[in-house]
Amino acid sequence: MSSNVSSPEITHAPEHASGTGRIWKTFWVLSALTVVELALGYLLYYKHGEWSYVPVISTKLAIAALTLLKAYYIVSIFMHLGDEIRNMIMTIIVPLMLFIWFIAAFLWDGNAWKNLRNTNGHSRPADTQQQHQPAVDKDAKK
Amino acid sequence: MSTTAIPTNTKWWNGGRSPFNISYGKVMMWYFLMSDAFTFGAFLISYGTIRFSVNHWADPNHVFNAFPLAGHANLPLAFVSLMTFILIFSSVTMVLAVHEGHKMNRKGVEKYMILTILGGLAFLSCQAWEWTHLLTGEHIALLSDGTIAPLATTVKSNPWGAELPHAEMLAALQKTPHDQLVKIAATLHGAGDAHNLSTLSDADLMNKITASGLHVTNSGPIAFGGYFFGITGFHGFHVFSGVIINLVMLIKTRLKHFDQRGHYEMIEKAGLYWHFVDLVWVFVFLCFYLV
Repeated sequence: MSSNVSSPEITHAPEHASGTGRIWKTFWVLSALTVVELALGYLLYYKHGEWSYVPVISTKLAIAALTLLKAYYIVSIFMHLGDEIRNMIMTIIVPLMLFIWFIAAFLWDGNAWKNLRNTNGHSRPADTQQQHQPAVDKDAKK
Repeated sequence: MSTTAIPTNTKWWNGGRSPFNISYGKVMMWYFLMSDAFTFGAFLISYGTIRFSVNHWADPNHVFNAFPLAGHANLPLAFVSLMTFILIFSSVTMVLAVHEGHKMNRKGVEKYMILTILGGLAFLSCQAWEWTHLLTGEHIALLSDGTIAPLATTVKSNPWGAELPHAEMLAALQKTPHDQLVKIAATLHGAGDAHNLSTLSDADLMNKITASGLHVTNSGPIAFGGYFFGITGFHGFHVFSGVIINLVMLIKTRLKHFDQRGHYEMIEKAGLYWHFVDLVWVFVFLCFYLV
């Protein structure tokens, strides 16, 4: 039994690796994923105004997927959640599933507000040029 | 890992053992972090909703393109990448401290805790510079009263709207009062200082400004500053409290409290918090800087 078991109620602790190889491997994986994210970010920058909606949104989704992969490595290896028993993993992961609906519903709603404003409640065709946001008050900057 | 050590018919919920086979303190740290994840998630989703609801949002490659001591060089993503690598690296030193704790190596824990604290302080310094740069750096934008003035990025003002067409910019300049024209002219290269400029006539100032090929933008949604400073500030506050927690852990390690206790589990709990701070930054980096 590992020396860090702190309570008699705990009958098992993951065996801790004797070396630091796994930690450094994870560091290089996280760094590589960040570099790929940055490369895609610069790609978006250089193609700004050139690309249509579909390649832009695909690249952004790819960056978001890489971010989720980074989150997996941080939680699973650095926070050792992957070494815990299944009960423990599920009690953390299952509630976070709410985010799937949370993100989809709210972004959908934001987009719907935009369409309603641009079309004055669907009463006229969209004219995005007219829809400047309210500018700041002159006094606000002081 | 050694999950095979658990008999298949273990009755986890019959009492006398931890159902999750980890200590109460660690379970509660995980539940706190889960609730914190929902707080950050709600902030970021609210930001996303507002961003989706407007036609033009600030382009991060224009807003975050500065680097300390690099002057006006256009370096999008560079500084925030540095901040990201600082935080990833401090996560590695934290997990190495936990690793030394498992081996009951007090000197090793001390060394890696110091490195982690330094990483946290480096990150906070970077954020302080970034905030100062945004709050004090002014860009020429159209105000709601139809005039043009230098505008900083604050919770009340956002100069990062869509570019103003040239004809509209000329019309707005006609309406702009003398003191604002002086301020705009003072931002131009080689235009002289505000005192000398204030003696010029409005027409001369306008000529100087239009001849400089100045880019003027609409002001953008005010929500940008509130979300940016609110969310990065809330994250920065987590980094700050993480540094304090790590300092306490370093002191307790030096006082040999964990050696007396027989285990270094407190370092693991502080580590969970610190990795969570890194985890949140991964998503802040995505939402504010990359997309």
